[in-house]
Parts: sequence; C-alpha cells; structure tokens
Amino acid sequence: MIEVSGLQKTYLMGEERVAALADVTLSIARGEHVAVIGPSGSGKSTLMNILGGLDRPSAGTYRFEREAVGEFDDDQLADFRNRRIGFVFQSFQLLPRLSALQNVELPLVYAGVDPRERRERAAELLGRVGLGSRMDHRPTQLSGGQQQRVAIARALANGPDLLLADEPTGALDQATGQEVLTLFDELNRQGLTLLVVTHDAGVAARARRRIAFRDGRVVSDDGAGA
Amino acid sequence: MKTGDLFRFSLGAIVAHPMRSALTALGVVIGVAAVVMMTAIGLGAQQQVTSAISGLGSNLLVVTPGAGRGFAAQAAGSGMGLSDRDAAAIRQQVEGVVAVSPAVRGGQQVVAQGANWNTRVEGVTQDYLAARDLSIASGRMFDDREAQQGRKIAVLGQTVADELFPGLDPIGQRVRIGTAPFEVIGVLASKGQSGFGQDQDDIVLTPLQAARSRLFGRRVKGDNVQQIYVKAADEDALYAMEDDVKALLRERHRIAPGADDDFQVQNMASILEAGQQATQTFTVLLAAVAAVSLLVGGVGIMNIMLVSVTERTREIGLRMALGARRSDVLMQFALESVALSLGGGLIGLLIGVSGALLLARVGQWPAAVPAWAAPVSLGFSVLVGVVFGAYPAWRAARLDPIEALRRE
Ligand SMILES: Nc1ncnc2c1ncn2[C@@H]1O[C@H](COP(=O)(O)OP(=O)(O)OP(=O)(O)O)[C@@H](O)[C@H]1O
Ligand SMILES: [Mg+2]
Repeated sequence: MIEVSGLQKTYLMGEERVAALADVTLSIARGEHVAVIGPSGSGKSTLMNILGGLDRPSAGTYRFEREAVGEFDDDQLADFRNRRIGFVFQSFQLLPRLSALQNVELPLVYAGVDPRERRERAAELLGRVGLGSRMDHRPTQLSGGQQQRVAIARALANGPDLLLADEPTGALDQATGQEVLTLFDELNRQGLTLLVVTHDAGVAARARRRIAFRDGRVVSDDGAGA
Repeated sequence: MKTGDLFRFSLGAIVAHPMRSALTALGVVIGVAAVVMMTAIGLGAQQQVTSAISGLGSNLLVVTPGAGRGFAAQAAGSGMGLSDRDAAAIRQQVEGVVAVSPAVRGGQQVVAQGANWNTRVEGVTQDYLAARDLSIASGRMFDDREAQQGRKIAVLGQTVADELFPGLDPIGQRVRIGTAPFEVIGVLASKGQSGFGQDQDDIVLTPLQAARSRLFGRRVKGDNVQQIYVKAADEDALYAMEDDVKALLRERHRIAPGADDDFQVQNMASILEAGQQATQTFTVLLAAVAAVSLLVGGVGIMNIMLVSVTERTREIGLRMALGARRSDVLMQFALESVALSLGGGLIGLLIGVSGALLLARVGQWPAAVPAWAAPVSLGFSVLVGVVFGAYPAWRAARLDPIEALRRE
C-alpha cells in the first residue's frame, strides 16, 4: 500500500541544514500493524507527517496505492488526508466548543456528507469505541481515555485506509492506555492498517512489526518484506 | 464541504463569544449609523433648499436694477434703473414669456379697526400671481388697468388677514397702509412658511401705481420699479429667455458692447441648481466623514480577526489535518468577518434610521432617509467585512498544519 524510497526531509536552520529524514526506504502492506520507534529527534513524527499528507518530502518518492502523494498539490493533499488517512494525536486535538458527536462529524463535514447521514455515522462510530452514551458531552466533560477514543472515532469517520497515531497513549495512564491499544488491535483485526509512533516498549511490543529510527534513518525493521 | 456547514462554522464562532463579537461589530454599527444619519441630514437640507427656492416661483427670472457687483457699482449710480416700459417691452418682445410683473416693495404698517400689523407690501400687476405661483382664496385680484390707475385697493396675505380681521371676512373692509386708506378686495391662498423660514402669507399686494404714488413715493421715482418678475413656460424656455431679456435690456438701456449690465437677472433655476449643488456637497462631505468611522470599524474587525486566527491556530491546523482545504479555512474566516460586519451594519442601519426619524421629529430638522440607505449601507458593510477580513482569513489559510498543530 505504501512505497517510500530515498525519502529525505531537510530543514534549514539558519546556515545549518538539519536532516530530519536522511534516506528512508520502506514499504507497508495493507492490514499491517507497525510501530515506529526510536529516540527523540530521530524523525518519527516527520515520517508520520509525510505519510499522512501533512508535509511534503524534500527528496525521494512517496506512493500510496501507486499514487505519487509527494507530488500532490495542497487541495489534493487535503482530500487525501480527509478520505484515506485517520490521525490520532498524543494530545487528542478535540475542539472544545463541540460535542463528542460534532467532533467526530468534522471529517465528514469536509467530505461533504449530508448532516443526517453524518450524524448517524458519527453516532455509530462513537458506539463502536464505547462512547454511545457520551455523544453530547464536551471534551472537558470526558476523561483522557474517553477523549482519545472520541479522537479515534473521528479518525475512522471517513473509513480511512491508514490510521496514523503519534504517541497515542503518551498522555494516558497505564490502564486507559491499554484500553486504547486494545481498541487498536481490534481495528487492525478488522483490516485497518495501523502505524503507531511510540517511545513505549510495551506499545511497540503489541505491533506485529517494529521499525526503529535513528538520526533520520531506519536502523532496524523486524518485518521488512512482510 | 457544503456551504451550509461553512455558515454554521462561521456563525458558531461568533455566537461562541457574544460579548466580543458585539464589541467587534460595534465599530461598524457606529460607522453605518453615522453614514445613514449624516446622509439623511444632508438630504433633508437638500430637500429644504429645493423647496425654499422653488417656493419663490418656478421658471422665474427676477430682474433687478443696478450692476449689483458690490458697492462701487452702486455708488457710481449705475444706469437708469428699471421701469414699467422695460417690463412692457419684455412682455411684448421676448418670446416665451408667460407672465411679467414689475414690482415695488417695502415694509409698511397696516392698520384696521385698531389692530395694526407690520408687513411687507408689494405694488404689482395682475401677472404677479402667475409669476409667483400664488392664487386667490377669496375675493379677487386687481387687473392690469387697476394696477396702472393706482386704485387704492389691496389683496391681503392670509397672515395679515388673520391678524387684522380675526374671524371676520376682510373683503370690502378698509385698511390704512402707511398713511393711505385702501379697500380690501381679496385674500391670497395660504402658502405657509418658505423653506427659509419666512412666512409667505405675511404680505399685502396693492396695484403698482398705488404703491408707487401713495407708499413708496420717496424711494421710487417716476415709473421706476424695483423688480421685474418674468415667468417662462418651462425650464428649457427659461434659459433662452434669460439671454433674450438681457439682450433687450442692454439695447433699451443703450449699454455699449463690452460694458457691464446696469441690471441683474437672477435665474431661479440656476439658483436652485447652485443651492442643490451646495447641499449635495455638504451631504457628500458629511457622509465621507461618517464613512471614515466605518473604515475604523473595519480596522477593528481586522484586528480582532487577526487575534482570533492566532488564538485558533491549533483549531485551524486540526481542521486542515482532518481534510479542510485552504479555501475552506479562508472562507470560514472571511465569512466570519463578513457576518460580523453585516450584523453590525444591520444594527447600525436600524440605529441610523431611527436616529434620523427622531431628529426629524424632535429636532425639527427635515432628515430624509433615502430609499437606497438599506441596500447601500448593507452592501458597504459586506464590502468592509470582505476587505478587512481578507487578510486575517488569508493568514489562517496559509498556516502550516504541522506547526499549527504543535502550537499550544
Ligand atoms: N520545522 C522544523 N524545523 C527545523 N527542524 C525541525 C522541524 N521539525 C523537526 N525538525 C527536526 O527534525 C528532527 C526530527 O524531528 P521529529 O519531530 O521527526 O522527531 P521525533 O522522532 O518525532 O522526536 P520525538 O520522539 O521527540 O517526538 C529533529 O531534530 C527536529 O529538531
Ligand atoms: Mg515526535
């Protein structure tokens, strides 16, 4: 599903060039559950942003289902993010003014889905993550674990091909983190491709494949070619 | 995304902070209210000037003796004045003349049955009524023969009739004007106050000759007159007539080519035009000053929208991550400022119109709210919203989603 080759991302810090990604080549197949690990500053988030269409590579190619995402224009990237990618962030990123249901509806709004259908789908997704009874709650009225589950429901709204999660349990305690990971396992069993960026060895252990980064390069990949 | 959702997002953000939104729109409220009110005041003045000048008589030339250009010309004892014969010549020789009335005039005390009243007396001919757009309410007007014979008869304005003969029919009664006895033969129909605030019914008309010999003998010599009113059928004829009258009088007064006129011709139509132009300038000036406050209101919107974009950077980043296109973000913020501005404009319009109406009623200023006030002021509100919302919206749309999401 994903083909990345010779991927580079360099930032210019004054005179100095910082290579966030030096030379990354990897592929991920549909249905995989991948953990991306590595020390801080090794380029994990940068890779995730490029894979999710939030950022463009400085060099190299990125193909998603044979489409050259690296060459998309802004609008194409927006639609790509909207329809094919689901993001889960460490800090949940829910809009505080909106209810849980409305937060889940957001990607559907940008997809141009009818209000009625939107509400049905959002409600169904909230049910799926176990929050069927919390639909009208504001984010501030929910626990961290519940907020992250709302965020996951939101990521699933448009039926994405790939779920990208950057430290999804980083802001949660052990128990609620486990709930979220269980939910991920379940989604992966249902066929969703998962890529989780993490520091946590426990989180990484639950993935079927681990890709380790250091200084913007892949240093180990226990599932390459799978 | 659907347009309806765009509106929902924009209005949602406004409703989320009602106090702040109200204060943001306040500048536009004040601006639009000021523009509407100032325009209404200016147009009111314009209407007043129009009715004041056209109240003097429409399609009218007023010919007066003297060069009229300051003291020098008058001190030089310019020319020979105007006479009955000039008036007669105008009537006979100028084409398109509808009415000609020579006139002498002055203030006089009028006494009847112990009541007395100071008023303006004009010695005129029958045509005066037509020239000044007057009519008789009761009794009759004197005819030209009576005007020239100098019979001591008088036609009273409504005010004079009421003052001297309260509750009585003045026709046939005798009055004393100055020192001479006159018989009242008619009463003029009321014209009310002129636009200049003068009571147009405070007047007495007498035959020209009678006024000259009995009332103003000391000031008016021979068959001289102080004014000649000349009326044209319509405004087009008026301008041609003005030239003809000038040419005729120059010829009659034997004024050498190149020398100055020894008379003045005032064309009511051009005075009206000048008056209208002046008040129009006044209106535009008022509206322009008010428009500045509308601009300031726009700057206020821009300011708050910029703050809002900064505050909501993370929200913008998130929306982009979830699939909002840059144009969606642009439209959301542009629409928000347009909605703020339009809302402010709507309230400002209501305040401006009620202010103008209040001013008209309480302040007795004839404020006139023009029909186009609503569409124009609302149109301008939208324009202000677009112009001053464009930059903040553009800033929002240009944000880098990754950086925006990282913002605390
Ligand atoms: N916008 C930027 N400008 C300059 N340098 C950047 C920028 N974004 C990232 N970098 C640099 O790129 C490198 C990789 O950053 P990245 O965020 O991908 O690391 P990470 O592996 O996600 O680290 P962490 O585990 O701490 O989140 C870092 O050295 C970082 O300083
Ligand atoms: Mg990171």
